[in-house]
This record gives sequence, C-alpha cells and structure tokens, in this order.
Amino acid sequence: MSTVAKDYTLAELMICANAAAYADDGEVLVTGIGVLPRLAASLAMKTVNTDIMMTDSEAWLLSEPNPLGARPDGFRQMNETWMGFSRIFDNVWSGRRHITGGPTQIDRFGQANISALGDSYRQPKIQMLGVRGFPGNSICHANSWFVPSHNKRVFVEGECDVVCTIGYNPARLPRGYRLDDIDLRRVITDLCVLDFGGPDHQLRLVSLHPGISAEQVQDNTGFALHIPDAVPTTPAPTAAQLAIIAALDPHNQRARQLQGNPPGDRS
Amino acid sequence: MDKQMTAEAVVAQLRDGMTLGIGGWGPRRKPMALVRELLRSDLKDLTVVAYGGADVGMLCAAGKVRKVVFAFVSLDFIPLEPYFRQARQQGAIETMEIDEGMMLLGLRAAAWGCPYIPTRIGLGTDVIRVNDDIKVIDSPYDDKEWVAMPALKLDAALLHVDRADARGVCQIKGPDHYMDDWFARAAAQTFVSCDELVDASYFADGDEARYVFWERSMTTGVVHIPGGAHPSSCAPLYGFDVPHFNEYNASAKAEGGFAGYAGKYILGRTEDEYQALVGGIDAIRKLPMPVY
Repeated sequence: MSTVAKDYTLAELMICANAAAYADDGEVLVTGIGVLPRLAASLAMKTVNTDIMMTDSEAWLLSEPNPLGARPDGFRQMNETWMGFSRIFDNVWSGRRHITGGPTQIDRFGQANISALGDSYRQPKIQMLGVRGFPGNSICHANSWFVPSHNKRVFVEGECDVVCTIGYNPARLPRGYRLDDIDLRRVITDLCVLDFGGPDHQLRLVSLHPGISAEQVQDNTGFALHIPDAVPTTPAPTAAQLAIIAALDPHNQRARQLQGNPPGDRS
Repeated sequence: MDKQMTAEAVVAQLRDGMTLGIGGWGPRRKPMALVRELLRSDLKDLTVVAYGGADVGMLCAAGKVRKVVFAFVSLDFIPLEPYFRQARQQGAIETMEIDEGMMLLGLRAAAWGCPYIPTRIGLGTDVIRVNDDIKVIDSPYDDKEWVAMPALKLDAALLHVDRADARGVCQIKGPDHYMDDWFARAAAQTFVSCDELVDASYFADGDEARYVFWERSMTTGVVHIPGGAHPSSCAPLYGFDVPHFNEYNASAKAEGGFAGYAGKYILGRTEDEYQALVGGIDAIRKLPMPVY
C-alpha cells in the first residue's frame, strides 16, 4: 500500500479520480479524450485494471500506454494489433469500450454537446466540432465525462443546444429501450466526482475534492443534484500513482491543462 | 490500361450539383491538390461528404458547397476549422450532421447497393431530429426501433494515396487508410492523386500488395502529384504543415479572409507555383510527423 501524497495538483487528483472509473471494466478499450483523461486511462492500465486496451490515438492498439509528447531516441511503441479508425467502430459497436470525453454542455439527463451552441441549428451562434462519434459511443458502450471547469455554462439548466448523446431522458427514449440500457458512468470535474445513481438517474454527488463544499457544487450546476447526507472526500493520489503519472507525462503537460494549475487540496 | 490524367481533366469530369466524397481524415491525407484545382474551377452547388478538414473549409469559403455531410470538420491541433465554422455561423450551408460510424455505414450501403443499413447509432439524439432524410424504422425481427442510415451514393470520390500504378492500383502505406476504400467503393467515379507513380511490378511482393485496399476497377483516374496532400499529411512520406495551417487559420480573421489566402496560394497559380510558395517538394517531404 503506497503512502498518500502530501502535495499534489488538482490535475493529478482529477487524473486519479478518472482512472478509478475504469477499475471494474475488465477487458475493454478505454479512450481518454484530451491530456488529463488520456493520462487517467494510462494510469488505470498501469494500476487498477491491467486488462484495459488502449490505442496510440492513431492506428495501433498498445500493450503499454505511450508517454505524452516528444519521446526519447530509441523509444519503441509497444504495438499489439492494427486498430485503424474503421476497426475502432467494430469495437464501439461491440460495446467493449469505455470513453471519457469532455463535452461543452451536459444537461440533467446526462446528454452531452460538442456540436454547436445557440438556438438555431441551421445557423448556430458558435459552431464547434460536430457530433463526432458521440451518438454511437453513447448508445453502444460506457461513457464518462470530464469537466475542467464546473459551472452553469457546462451543466446547463435546460437541454443541451445540440443533443449529441443519448442520456437518461424519458422523452427521447427509443421504442424498445429502457433507461437502464444506457451506461453513463462518472462525471469528473474540478470540484467533485458525480454519477447518475440518484433517484431516476439523477446526477448524484459521489465525492467532493478537498476544500470544496456541496453548496459550491450545487451553486455551479444549472439543475438540482442528488446530494447524499454524507459525501466523502475524493481520495488523494498516492505517491506511487504520482510517480506513474510523472513517467507517463515527462514534459508535464498536465500542469498546463487547468488554469493556474491549482493545488489538489483547496481547504 | 492507362488511367493517368491531369488534375484539370479530373475537374472537367465533375458537374455542378454533384455529390463528392473526399477521403482522408481531418488534417491527414487529403487530396488537397485536387481540391485546389476544384477551387480554380467554376463548379458550384456541390454536396461534400467527408471526415472533414481544410478540404471542406476551403470549398465552403469559396462558395462551392450547397451541403456538407459531416461528423466533424477539424484540423485536430486547431480543433475548429475556421472557414467551416464561418459558413455554419452564417447559415450559408445545408448539412447532414451524422456520427462518424454512420458515415461509414452510409458509404458501405452505397458500396453494397443497399438503400440503407439499420443501426442503433443516432437514437435518442438530435441526429434523428435535425436530419429529415434520416428515417427511424421498425424491425421485422424485434420490437425496437432502428435508424435506417441511408446510402451515401457519391457521384465522384477524390482521394490521395502514397503510390499508384497507371492502371489504378493504389497503395496507402501510412498507418491508417481511414475510410478511403469505402469512399472508392461508394462512388460512381474515383479519382486518385498519388505521391509516387510506380510500375505494376512494385506490388508483386505480398508485403506491398497487402497495403492495397481496393481493386483497380474502383479507380477511374490517377493523377501523379508529388506532395499533393499538402498542407495535410501523407504519412509516412510527410507530416502536416503546422505553420501553413496556422497561417490558413489566421487568414479567417484577417482582412480579405479566404480571398486573401486563395489569392496568395491558389487562384491563378499552378500546383508547381503553389509548391514553390510553400517551400518546394523537398521541404514538404521533410515535414515531421505529429506525435500524440
């Protein structure tokens, strides 16, 4: 058992909280979109779930996660099989996958938006990426969300401007489906960890990051959360976890992902 | 059979209102020299089907496009394609916005001569609300509803490959051929630009033939344009041109916008002149691969 670290950043805390989401997944393809979720997936593969599969973000499945950024001379990527984009879909449709994505909007149903903002679909106020693979991901396999800045612009009061994913919304439930067929896992934010385990799949507070209150979380969310009577504190990273993260991120890209790179304990 | 032709001859085969599929993915292995030739033409009202990057952005900015069929349009390290973004925010284009996998299914349906392929993808999302021509249907085998992803039939596909022979045997040696094989199969005509033109015997070795992803009967024409994917990448031959994409991206906010970019690099210039302006083929071939 490794000792709990005394000094750690919020980014490292969020990486560890995101990694924990994969612990019970078994042998699935894990994809963390963005620097911190990718480090989380890699950390999980090195610790809580060594059966995880992951890719090099291009075309190969790896038996060892790649470190981020420029690599030393002689670095050898540990390929396991070819995994081009068309084969990714064969995996997605099999259901043996868990992604952590970073939506711009998330609503009370767990529906997410990365496509566009504004009232008019025909002429959006802000065009973003497009729905990408989110519709397929959301109906085929497990999905978690990563939110670097927990606020009401992300956790919107109404529905997402463009609903890119299926969520726990009875009004949109396809015929022949139950809400339980949808597999939304955890939401990791800069304030807390949440899941959809409240009554009727209401978004529920799972743990608070050190120094953050439940009121603070609710005040920054555009809809009512399920807040249990006792909410634990998000576990601090261990020294062993921090060492693995540092090896996976030798150029310290994780320090540049959250504004001001705040400490993990804000009490 | 000799399928070699010029980029001008490819564009001469195209007509206003056609549906064009463009291969590659975001900033990777896009047939940009063919796109530049399209930009020099007076073609218009095109429907473009693509895993989009600057190909889609440039064609939108030049007013060539009536409709874009897309899951994303992105330059990756620049997440939001600047001119696609402008076109959408001006309400200038029609869209069919679909999941990346739905696009693959639509291309497969076209390739296989099916009107549609049933899928779960899109259920419960706005994909089935905003696209009137995507229907949700009953299944004869279960009590669920299914999205009937329609065939994405292409009048023509434009692709870029590492190398080809004169008969249209095309090789992609980079790590991923993306959905280019399905674009080729979904299209009535497929025009391929290649970095290297080789003799048929090049493919005699199984380790070379293994990287040929469609039969030559799917290839209509071959255009030999070394560096023809620039500024997108053609791994392993060259990476994408980050400074050039940065300049392209900045042009969207500069006075003159796309007209400024196109005037500097494309309109009234040959492909040779374009390449000289971006440093020449030797510089293109030295562009580093991105590291993720």
